[in-house]
Parts: sequence; C-alpha cells; structure tokens
Amino acid sequence: MKIIFESCSENEAFARTVVAAYITRLNPTLEEMSDVKTAVSEAVTNCIIHGYENKEGSIVMECVIHNNDISIMIEDYGKGINDIEKAMEPLYTTRPEWERSGMGFAFMEAFMDKLEVESVPGKGTKVFMEKTIGLCEDGE
Amino acid sequence: MLRENLAGFHYELYKNCLVVYVTQDLDHHAVLSLRERSDRLIEAGDVKHIIFDFKDVGFMDSSGIGLLMGRYKKVMFLGGRACVTNVGSAVDRIFKISGLYKIIEKYDTPEDAIKALEVKYENYI
Repeated sequence: MKIIFESCSENEAFARTVVAAYITRLNPTLEEMSDVKTAVSEAVTNCIIHGYENKEGSIVMECVIHNNDISIMIEDYGKGINDIEKAMEPLYTTRPEWERSGMGFAFMEAFMDKLEVESVPGKGTKVFMEKTIGLCEDGE
Repeated sequence: MLRENLAGFHYELYKNCLVVYVTQDLDHHAVLSLRERSDRLIEAGDVKHIIFDFKDVGFMDSSGIGLLMGRYKKVMFLGGRACVTNVGSAVDRIFKISGLYKIIEKYDTPEDAIKALEVKYENYI
C-alpha cells in the first residue's frame, strides 16, 4: 500500500487512520492499534513541522504486511536532519518555541519493534518502522 | 461563568479554574487551535488552575504532551496547578511513558479536580 499526500496538519489523522484500517486484518489488540497509530502520527508530524517547516510538500507513506509484521516507511523531501543521533535523544528538540516535547522518535521507538532513520540534509528524511502484530496474548 | 465551543473544543471557567474539554484526538493539528484559545483565556486573567478533560478522547501523541507541559508551565507561574480527568487507557499509557504524572495530577472527573483544587487552595489561605 502506498499513498502520497500533502504536508498539512489535517493529514496527520488521515495517515494514521489509513494505517489503522490497513492493519485491521492482522487482528491487532486495542493497544497494538494505538501503538501503530501513535508512531505514524509522530512520523508524519515530523515531516510536516521539521521536514517542511509547515510549508508545502509531499509525504510518501508505504506499508507492507508480511505474515504478522507490519512495515511502514514514511518519507519527506524536506530539509533533512543534520545529526540523527541527537534528533533521536529523548526530550531533544530543535523547536522548543513550538512546544515540541522532543518525544517523537522516543515514542516511535517505544511503540514499534524496530525503527530506522535515514536522512540527507537538504534532500529529505526516511523513517522505517516495523512491528509484529497479533502474536502477544497479553497485549504487551 | 464562561462557556464556549471553539473548533470542536469546549471551554468552561469555574471561578479561577479553566476546564478544557478536549473531546477529540489530540495531535499536532488539534493542538494548534487548543493552545491559542486556552492561552488567550489564561492571559485574559482570572485563571489560576487548568483542567484538561479527556472523556471520549481515544488518541494522543507527543504533540499533546507538549501542549500539556506548556500550559502546566503557564499556570505554575501563576501559582496554579494542572490536572487531567477522564483519562482513557490509550491516553493514560502516553502519560505514563512520558512521565507527565510527575507534574500533572489525575482525577476521575473535572468535578473531582475542582473539589481537590479548591480544598487545597483554601488551606493555603
């Protein structure tokens, strides 16, 4: 599944709702569903406010289901990240004036099984996430 | 008493306590309007404490955490406190992971929070 949508804040809800509908066939628990929705929302919000700095742009989202695994790729062609390691530190934000909590990547890491970030300054950022769905009995 | 609806959010002012009924998913998009309106109400005076009610809110991300921390700082400077009420399990998890409960108090309902704030407030006098 692949969609391309404009970088605007209304599309945060759109993107996470699309992914939620897409993974329904894996029979996720409520908790797994909200984990994936949060991770997608964080990644898309990053594209909008950091990648494109609230200006126009396109966001690409690609999802693949393989057995019980959902893989999600979210990409922008915005300003990119200079220091990925620093950007991923919990509570670190380049935008304290916008009250960013600095927890975006930390949430993606906490709620998904795997997170990888690739970025080229001036070219854009790609986030890969994976999670195994529906195999845990206790929902943890 | 002030009562108003704006962009799907409901605001009520009881004495010096502003209650914000969030009533929809709290992401970056929702935060933009909520922040502006609640700050205007805080800055208009009379507000000391703020309560965010999460009844019927099924989703929140880190943008919501930023909003709550920002409003917490504002009322803290006024000598007030920040509370959250009617927190469902999805939102509760986000609060726990982010450590928000270290600075923001949780109550069952806005009425409970108002009661708690008033009791303690009167004790200070």
